[in-house]
Amino acid sequence: MSTSHKITQAGLAILLFLAVVGAILFVASRFSGRKADRTTAAVFLLPTVLLLSIGLLYPAGRTLYLSFFNSSGSSFTGFDNYTKIFTDHDDRIVVRNTVLWVVITPFVATGIGLLYAILVDKARWESAAKALIFLPMSISFVGAGVIWKFIYEYRPDQPGIKQIGLLNQIIVWLGGSPQQWLLNSPWNNLFLIAVMVWIQAGFAMTVLSAAIKAIPEDIVEAARLDGVKAWGMFRYVTVPSIRPSLIVVLTTIGIATLKVFDIVRTMTGGQFSTSVIANEFYTQTFRAANQGLGAALAVILFVLVIPIVGYNIRQLRASEGR
Amino acid sequence: MTAPRTRRAAFAISGSLLLAAGLVACGGGSGSKTGSGNPTSNCADYSKYGSLKGKKVTIYTGIVTPEDKPHKDSYKPFEDCTGATINYEGDKSFEAQVLVRAQAGNPPDLAIVPQPGLVKQLVATGKAKPAPPETVANVDKFWSKDWKAYGTVNGTFYAAPLGASLKSLVWYSPKEFKDKGYTVPTTLDELKTLSDKIAATGKKPWCAGIASGDATGWPVTDWMEDFMLRLSGPDEYDKWVNHKIAFNSPEPTAALDAVGQYLKNPKYVNGGLGNVKSIASTTFQDGGLPILEGNCSLHRQASFYAANFPKGTNVAEDGDVFAFYLPGKDTTSKPALGGGEFILAFSSRPEVKAFQTYLSSDTWANNKAAASPAGGWVSANTGLDANKLSSPIDKLAQSVLADPKAVFRFDGSDQMPAAVGSDSFWKQATNWITGQSTKDTVDKIEASWPK
Repeated sequence: MSTSHKITQAGLAILLFLAVVGAILFVASRFSGRKADRTTAAVFLLPTVLLLSIGLLYPAGRTLYLSFFNSSGSSFTGFDNYTKIFTDHDDRIVVRNTVLWVVITPFVATGIGLLYAILVDKARWESAAKALIFLPMSISFVGAGVIWKFIYEYRPDQPGIKQIGLLNQIIVWLGGSPQQWLLNSPWNNLFLIAVMVWIQAGFAMTVLSAAIKAIPEDIVEAARLDGVKAWGMFRYVTVPSIRPSLIVVLTTIGIATLKVFDIVRTMTGGQFSTSVIANEFYTQTFRAANQGLGAALAVILFVLVIPIVGYNIRQLRASEGR
Repeated sequence: MTAPRTRRAAFAISGSLLLAAGLVACGGGSGSKTGSGNPTSNCADYSKYGSLKGKKVTIYTGIVTPEDKPHKDSYKPFEDCTGATINYEGDKSFEAQVLVRAQAGNPPDLAIVPQPGLVKQLVATGKAKPAPPETVANVDKFWSKDWKAYGTVNGTFYAAPLGASLKSLVWYSPKEFKDKGYTVPTTLDELKTLSDKIAATGKKPWCAGIASGDATGWPVTDWMEDFMLRLSGPDEYDKWVNHKIAFNSPEPTAALDAVGQYLKNPKYVNGGLGNVKSIASTTFQDGGLPILEGNCSLHRQASFYAANFPKGTNVAEDGDVFAFYLPGKDTTSKPALGGGEFILAFSSRPEVKAFQTYLSSDTWANNKAAASPAGGWVSANTGLDANKLSSPIDKLAQSVLADPKAVFRFDGSDQMPAAVGSDSFWKQATNWITGQSTKDTVDKIEASWPK
């Protein structure tokens, strides 16, 4: 395909898009009278519903369907793929790692973010200090993975060989011997989780800091007059006041963690018992040509996300309803 | 309010420029007419193809910039002498797309297929055409029967071999060998003796690295294939690759154990890189570099590894680093593990047949060698004049591949089902390096073989 051909195609696509939007607006403007509002809303909703069905509902149904078939999708195997995931030794490690990620990351990231937000609140260099911890948020997961891979990089402890990894160099300076951080399971999972925490703590800090600033001054003052000390202030004033924000932060990070793929793929490729469901799903589907197992893994991931999303929505509604 | 609007306009302009740049970048690599090159040509060699004036042949391949230029240049004499036009289309996602195009009834005239498994899949679509008699004659004349067999599906010959690569090589430092009085081993036993001799000096003789992103582990599969081929012979090797014998039967187990005597031997590895486990975390690109620093003496890797040494490294028999053929069990057998490309036709128009025949000839092989001044290309075509190859490592690879005693076998893991060849074999080989037993490793790979 030549360049001019491509530009023509791009132009056509844009025109088509404008034509469709124009048509929708035109149709919507045709309705008037008592029921006009509802009809207009329906016309506007129609494209969204249509696209959601094509882009989301159909693939979800198809994935569920495929998960009951063998690797090439040619014969029905019932729950075999699911049985394998929960009985096979290597697949169980994948599930275990996912649980490890989801249990550790949200709480540690939120904890660090909250602590940081409270510590720098009203401090002299607050905005600079905040920017510092927020910066990792602007780095993509792959970028972060590459950076940390270098930090964990290992070179042997022998004459003439220099460490090139930051962590091992620090250990050598302190008189220790360099370690292969990404090789030894299950600890290597924690070193991968550290990367996610590094990225997400900034997000937690920003949201929670805003929530803390929104706590009415009179409540704080009243508590102080009642003789509440720092810990009591945190326990009985700050945390209850920012509870809705805390939950949103926890669940948002939880969902992001369930989907984690880039960090694992960049840093270990899922080797050394560090694979997680999202990474294994990709590997099975696209590399091992094992569609059935890949689809089953995707379904499990979907099922795991549902309760968190549900809880998140309920909390959002509750906080808006007040 | 002019300032924000100007900024927005500037943003829009830069955005569309970026878009345009993207389009240009995407358009750049595809479908252009072949570039200029100057392999010397004498049109008498091309008279047998007749006049093909105004005829067009499309060729589809995964070979993209910059490796595509020697290819296009090597077509030039054919185009100049016959008047045909060759449309070269390079695509990084060739391997997936070519199947889609064949199934959809929109195949190219010719495709450069990088592995025999894909040739089989493409023939199974029913769209591929058997090779014409002239091509068959060329293949019979210039290639060994091992190579012809890889282009044959169900008894019909389809795809003539094109380029080749040799994996059975061990990199070493010629200077170190000279200084220490080591000689290049000619049998596996001698290789072992040499390793012990170097290890006795307190130096770790071997270095290796198998990390390769999500393909981590593949260099171990090459090691195992090389040893399977050497210890059990080509027939057992074929049975193993085609799963006629189980992955955990005695022969493959013995082959992996033999590899373990090198890669899992703490006395042997990992020169300049750490302990045995460090093999798993060292990238395959870094695996052989300690040879240059004198921290390691031997590194088993394919001929392409020549490009991995830093600029200015002299890769030659009397230079900084060179390779020797990974010897057979004894001096009488000469198994060669490698890879290669095949040319498959989806059309039997006369001009396609003519070009297909040209590509299987000694004329093309020599033109291709002349069009690759930087090296990095060899062929098992026995009509290829080794003097036309520019780099010493290419000459070495060519001499092994074209040796009449050589028994060539294609990379085995590439031919295994994807669930094994590009998943469990890599994964379990990596686990094997980090401590898993040989038995567990072969058992787990066997269990993953699709039923």
